[in-house]
Order: sequence, then structure tokens, then C-alpha cells
Amino acid sequence: MAENIIKTQNGEWEMVCGLEIHCQIISKSKIFSSASTEYGADANENVSFVDVAMPGMLPVLNEECVRQAVKTGLGLNAKINNRSVFSRKNYFYADLPQGYQITQYEYPLVGEGEVVIDLPNGETRKIGIERIHIEQDTGKSIHDINPKKSYIDYNRAGVGLMELVTKPDFRSAEEVGAFLKKLRSIVRYLGTCDGNMDEGSMRCDASVSVRPLGSLDLRPRAEIKNVNSVKFVMQAIDYEAKRQVEVYENGGSIEQQTRNFDQNTGETKFLRVKENANEYRYFPEPDLPPLVLSDEFIESVRNEMCELPDTKKERFVHELKLPHYDASVLCENKETAEFFEKAATGRDAKKVANWVMGDFFAMLNAKHLSLENSPVSAENLGALVDLISNNIINGKTAKDVFAIMVETGKAPDVIVEENGLRQVTDTKAIESIVDAVIKENPDNVAAYKGGKQNLMGWFVGQVMKQSKGTANPALVNQILKEKLG
Amino acid sequence: MTDLTDLTIAQVISGLSKKDFSATELTKAYIKNMQNGRKYNAYVTECVETALKQAKVSDEKYLNNTARQLEGVPLGIKDLFCTKGIKTTACSQILENFVPEYESTVTANLLNAGALFLGKLNMDEFAMGGSNETSFFGPCINPWSKDVDLISGGSSGGSAAAVCAKMCAAATGTDTGGSIRQPAAYCGITGVKPTYGRCSRYGIIAFASSLDQAGPMAKDVTDCAILLKHMAGFDEKDSTSAKIEVPDFVKVLGSDIRGLKVGIPIEYRSDKLNLSIAKAWDLAADMLRKRGAEIVDISLPHTKYALPVYYIIAPAEASSNLARYDGLRYGKRIDGNSLDEMYINSRTAGFGKEVKRRIMVGTYVLSAGYYDAYYVKAQKVRRLIRQDFISAFEKCDIILAPTSPTTAFAIGDKSMQSNPINMYLNDVFTVSVNLAGLPAMSLPTGLCEQGLPIGMQLIGKPFDEETIFKTGLALEQDANFKRK
Repeated sequence: MAENIIKTQNGEWEMVCGLEIHCQIISKSKIFSSASTEYGADANENVSFVDVAMPGMLPVLNEECVRQAVKTGLGLNAKINNRSVFSRKNYFYADLPQGYQITQYEYPLVGEGEVVIDLPNGETRKIGIERIHIEQDTGKSIHDINPKKSYIDYNRAGVGLMELVTKPDFRSAEEVGAFLKKLRSIVRYLGTCDGNMDEGSMRCDASVSVRPLGSLDLRPRAEIKNVNSVKFVMQAIDYEAKRQVEVYENGGSIEQQTRNFDQNTGETKFLRVKENANEYRYFPEPDLPPLVLSDEFIESVRNEMCELPDTKKERFVHELKLPHYDASVLCENKETAEFFEKAATGRDAKKVANWVMGDFFAMLNAKHLSLENSPVSAENLGALVDLISNNIINGKTAKDVFAIMVETGKAPDVIVEENGLRQVTDTKAIESIVDAVIKENPDNVAAYKGGKQNLMGWFVGQVMKQSKGTANPALVNQILKEKLG
Repeated sequence: MTDLTDLTIAQVISGLSKKDFSATELTKAYIKNMQNGRKYNAYVTECVETALKQAKVSDEKYLNNTARQLEGVPLGIKDLFCTKGIKTTACSQILENFVPEYESTVTANLLNAGALFLGKLNMDEFAMGGSNETSFFGPCINPWSKDVDLISGGSSGGSAAAVCAKMCAAATGTDTGGSIRQPAAYCGITGVKPTYGRCSRYGIIAFASSLDQAGPMAKDVTDCAILLKHMAGFDEKDSTSAKIEVPDFVKVLGSDIRGLKVGIPIEYRSDKLNLSIAKAWDLAADMLRKRGAEIVDISLPHTKYALPVYYIIAPAEASSNLARYDGLRYGKRIDGNSLDEMYINSRTAGFGKEVKRRIMVGTYVLSAGYYDAYYVKAQKVRRLIRQDFISAFEKCDIILAPTSPTTAFAIGDKSMQSNPINMYLNDVFTVSVNLAGLPAMSLPTGLCEQGLPIGMQLIGKPFDEETIFKTGLALEQDANFKRK
């Protein structure tokens, strides 16, 4: 793993990184109240008496959020704890109505797990999950409406969160990027979180420290807060690791601290010295009994689970004989994988994969369309591949047919019929065109026969042109060779 | 004609059903007492007009035979219960003008049963106190006072005084460390703190969530049984409320207590116990023995730790529960130059001295470096205290003990004011019950040398309020206490 070493003139260093990721749980209502979680409502519209901590209000746990978190835990091959305990994390802030956040502290819902990540060089690595606990989100403070006032939107207050903590297993920004992509893919497959970092439904804090290569000790770490894309997380980690190496090599030291990432400069900036972790006066939440889950409940959640990307990928490789690369690309997104599988059923999967990953993806990109808005359905894309396989049209015509499919949304066979694009495989019909071309071009025939073999391409072009592209190119070649001798 | 306000709830319902008098007449009689009794400072909010409107509805229901079980019964409500459209302050300046948009489950249950509310009752600020002196609206005066104004007890002092002075047929109270039983004892009325989880805490302003429990305060045992039946029940809005059916407590009243084993905790026999209270205790045990109950000595060895444990756990929970009163969304706000300054200004002005003391104690015991030594240890001892009772209940069915080591004392008592610990010591017989989550009743059985009521406490097994009610009624009949 040579690429994970940070080399300087003075020595070799290694980065140690762990992540804390907040994932907003997809659920109809909030984790401790019946208020809606719908995104995009007017400010303070989705707010119940519980969410704004009116006197005498009590939290009631939403079972849907528990199911979602258990499902996520199972998706990360993690241990589900039969007993977990809610705690209060006490601090004052305007967007925290209760003056405490209900979270889990000593006894999280999900224990240790493991995720396999795929690295760009084709290698895989295991990343350990430390825990996942569930908690409530805060409201949003808005400081930029009025220079003298702050506004608060409590719509987000009380939305369920899963906080996932990894082990400090990352040794490079690439690994972190691969992990975030994998995690996002898994939660999206499971439908437990949108995974949209730019919208804040997935938020990542990274703890970074460095040490001389070969050393096993953990040095003080810097926590980089709330970076809002995978790319920026990777940039921030890389920058921070190099910065720390520089500090150490110049004889300095690193204090445990919290830093911000500036996406304009690509630098991390000192925010504050990390407070003592225990200043939050955690204690067990007396308004909620411990969360006790039966094995039957956990099994019932397991039974609801869909096939996950890794399993699907393996199946595509083994059953559909797709190359690893194709399977990876197609399985990253559940909808793409389902689209592909629908199109590939009963067909040459590799040919379908080529179409999906080639012209089809290119078309979506060019038109800025999402999969569900595609004018070409999976069935029609499959049918197009059938037309090629059955020699009804040739590859070149197929591209024209595809273009018409994109414009009209029509089925490929209808397009072929309507436009008379059916490939001519009738030898006699082709022979008569060939004869005509030979007759009309005696000079070139003589030249060819005189040794100018490369004129064959020109003859093929003439025949194809006269057949309006519908002649089977293989047949044209064969007949031309016979007639020209 | 008898004074309608002398009647118990049982008698009121019978009289209303027989149309001996109307709900409006009854309500007016109570309103008259409320007006005459304003010197006691029992009510902090009077709801005369809405009460009379409700009474009119009740009268119609009696006329067309659609009366519900508590139809037309005029109640007073402790100001800790959120009442929709009626100011609810917890007797704190920070909620001085707070009007909830929702109804607590307990008061909603009572309204649905046909009861009407005369007003909101005085109490210690956020239920923190044992004398009603920490109320922002001033202390409530014990109607038994003679030359000097005596405390009504606390925190439900207004409830106890209002029932005692016949300013409501009965009242709701809450009990976190003795807040129903101790004022009931000081004012010579009957009060029940049910098993933790029996009544929903939804809509009751929280003091210490793992200890708070609502209960009835009334003229006698029967009225408490009638009221509790309607207050109690599982509520999906309170995750700590118990999914256990509520028995008809009235049905067990009058049943035999022969063979009942009554435990006397030896640790409660301290020399600090007021002599006349010790005597009343013996007398009560004798009454039960004469009815065929068996009196047995029991031991609750961790009793001496109950107060320190309580005064760690309750403030810890309170310090967190009261964090929401920050001046931001409702309640008192005093602006500042920054968010933190606004918090400090609002809370400094809004909270009284005792509440601040408990917030500080609670914050301290939960903070880094002290959590294990205080909070965690207190939780461990709490389990031992609970275990004490479990072991004791292997030897007995019910426990008899005094409610408080003293009777009502003077408002502004110097020893209580100079050292809050002296005030806390009044809770010595009541807090263990909350720590163990058990049901208990206080009922008056006699008077001390100064002519002030003495309360006896009956402590039952979890969810066995029935044994408490039947034993309580037997004791009530034999003690023949003359209500004020």
C-alpha cells in the first residue's frame, strides 16, 4: 500500500482516520413525536408541542425509526443489541428546544460491524464499525436573514438520526471516499437514509491524526466538522494529514481540536480546542424506558431487507457473467441495477450492460435526466438489443433507432418498421445493388483488380449508401469479394 | 339544609343524581368558600365563570340522564397540570403568563368524566419545596392556623388547604418526594400517591421524571378511591405509564382486613419523631390489630440513605427538565446582548432561590468527575432501597408509618429558612416510597398536643392500591378524625 505513505524529505508518515457520520433516518414522522418529517415545508410548519419542548411534553419512541436503524445495522453486518438505553446530552443552544438532546450513550442500539470497501486499484479493504446509535436532530439556526436577529426553524428538530462511528481504520483519503460511497449505496438500497451530503441528510465528521510509519501509537487528533461532499471530505483529510506532518517535522505538537474545512481554499481552519467529552452531563433519559428488542423483532426486520450491493454484484458476476467492473458500476445504485436487470433478463447480459453503461448513461448525462425520467424504458432497451442479436438491424442502425427512441419514447421494433430500417439480409437484393455499383464504376473495378485492395472499403460504402444503410455489412463484404474476384 | 361543601364526592354524586341540589348550586357554594378563603392564598388562578358554565352543562346532563360518573363535581387543580386555555405557571415567575394549548391526560380524564375545575392551586415553585413557601405567588396558609400562620405543607400545599377549607370537593396533587402526602397530613385531609406509572405524566410540568406521580387529595378515603379510578390509566403519550388495567378501587372499600399483615419499619422509630406522632402511630397499629390484622416488625435497612439519594436524583433530573425554560419560545424573557446573556438574564429573573439551588446541585452531580461518585452511586443505592421494600413485602402486605416526623410549622420558620437540610428532613418518611415507585396514602388519624392534624401513611406493594384503600378505610372509620 505504498500510496498510503506520506513521504517527506525527512521521513515517512501514516495517517490514522476515523469517521462519525450522521444519517437522517427516512421515516414518516419524527423520532419522538408525530410531527411530519417532510422536507421543504414552510419554516416551523412541521412542529409539535413535543418538538419545541412545551412544558409537560414527553417523548414517545417511533418504532419506524428503530426498524430503520436496525435494518441499517444489519446491512453493515453489525451486532444488534437487544437492549439499548436513551440518554440525555445536556447543553444550551437556540436550536435545541429541550436544553438536551435525547441520544444513546453507554448502550447504543447497534454494536460492532464491518464494511468491505472497493478501492480504485481493484483491491478491497475491511473497515470496522464501532457502533450506531439513534438520536434526535436539532432545529436550524438561520443567521443571514437579518443582521441583528437570528431565526430558528424547528422543522428539523426531532427528526431521527443514526450516528455511525467507525473504527480508526482509514489510512488514506481514497479509503474514506470509497467508504462513504459504499455507505451511501447501502443506506439508499435499504431506503433508510437519502444519503445526500449536500442537503445534509448525511453529514460527516472526520478525525485525523498522523504517526511515523511503523509506529502504532495514536497521537492527538483533529476533528473536521460537517464537510458536505465526499470530494471535500477527501480533500480535507488529505490537507489535514499533510498539515500535521509539517507541524511535527517542524518540531511542533498537535493538540486535540476541532477544525472547519474551507471549500474555497481546500484548507482546514482551527475552530476550537476540543472540550472534555463529558461536559454534556449525560444521564439515562428518565422519560423513556430502555429499548428492548426481541430476537423475533430483529428477524422480522432482517426478512424485510432487500439484496445489498455486494451480494447483487457477486450475482451479476457469477450468474450473468458480467466483468467485475461492469457489475460494480451497475450495482452502485439500486435503481440502475434494477433497470439493468429488467433489460438483461433473457438476453446477453454483457451486450445489455454495454448499452446501459454506454449510450444509455451518456444520453441521461447529456439530457440531465434521472433514471426514473428516462424516455427509454428497460423493456425497450432490451428489445433494441434483441433486434441487433436477431440481425433485424445492424449496430449502426441501432444507434439511429436509439436516438429516435430517446426523442419519441417509442418501442424499437415500431421505429424500425415505421422507418423501413429493417436490415436487408436477402442475398439477391444485395447482389443486384453490388452489380449496379460494379457496372457504374468500371475504373475503380479495374484499379481494384490491378492491386488497389484498399478500394474494397469504398465499394462497401457505395453499396451501404445505396441500401440506405439497411444492408447487412457482412453479406455486402462477402458478395463484393466474390464478384470482384 | 346542610352546607353543600361539607359533602363528600360520594354524597355529592348521590345528591346530584337525586336532584336534591344542582351542580350550579354546589359550584356556587364552593365559589363562596373560595372568596371567603382568599386569605389562605390557596388558589393562584380562579376559573369562576368557566366553572359555572360547566356546572350548567352538568345540570342539563342530570336532567336528560346523560350524566357521567363525576358529573358536576367541582375540583381544584394543582398548577403543575397543564390545562388548555387556563394559565398554568408551576407557581414560577418564568411561566407567570403561560397558557397551554393542550390538556394534561389526568385533567382530561377528569373533564371527560364530567368534573369541573374551580381554578388552579398554589404549590411550591416547580413542586420544589415542602412548605409551599417557594411559590412565586407567596405561601399558602394552613386553614388549621390559630395565632400564627402555619405552612400548608408542600409542594401540593394549595391542594391540601383548598380541600381542608372546603374550597373544592377534592383536588389533584403530584408527589415527587412526599408532595401529596405531607401537605395532606399537615392539613388533615387524605391523599394518595399511586404506584409510579399508574397515572400518565403527560402534560404535567416535570420536576423529576422518574419520581413524579399524580394523585388525588380529598376529604376521605372513599373520595380518593373514586377520583383515582378516573385519573389513572395507561396513556400512549407517556412511555413510563403502565399497561395495567385500573381496578375499581371503590369496590374493595369496606372489605375485611382480618389476617392482613401490617409491617412497622423499625428504622422509622427515631428519637427525632414527635412524641404525639409516635403515639398516634401506636394507636393506629392497635386499631388495625383490633380489626384482626397482624402487626409485624419489618426492617428497611437503607432508610438512612433515602434522603441523600433523593436529593441527588431529583435535582439531577430537575436540572435537565428545567433547561427548556430559556426565555426563547415561551415564558419570561429578558433580552441580552447575546444568546447566552439572554439565557442568564431570563433564568436569573425567572427562577426562585430553591429552584436555582436544585438546578445547581443537579448540574454538579451530573458533571464530569462527579457523576460516578454521586449520580451513579445514588442510582445503586436507589436499587437497594427498592430491594428493602421487596424483602419487607415478603413479610407483610402493607406498611404503616407516620407521614411526617412533625406537624405543620410556622411560615418563615427560622431553622428551616437558615438551613435547607432541615426542610428536607420533613421528607424522611416519604421519599423512599418515590424512590421505590410504590403507592402510598396519607390519612389523618388524630391531633398533636398543639391541636394540629397528624397523618399516617400506608405503603403498599406496586399496583396494589386496593389493599391501601381497604386498610385506609378501616383506619379512617376507627380513628374517626373530625375534619376541619
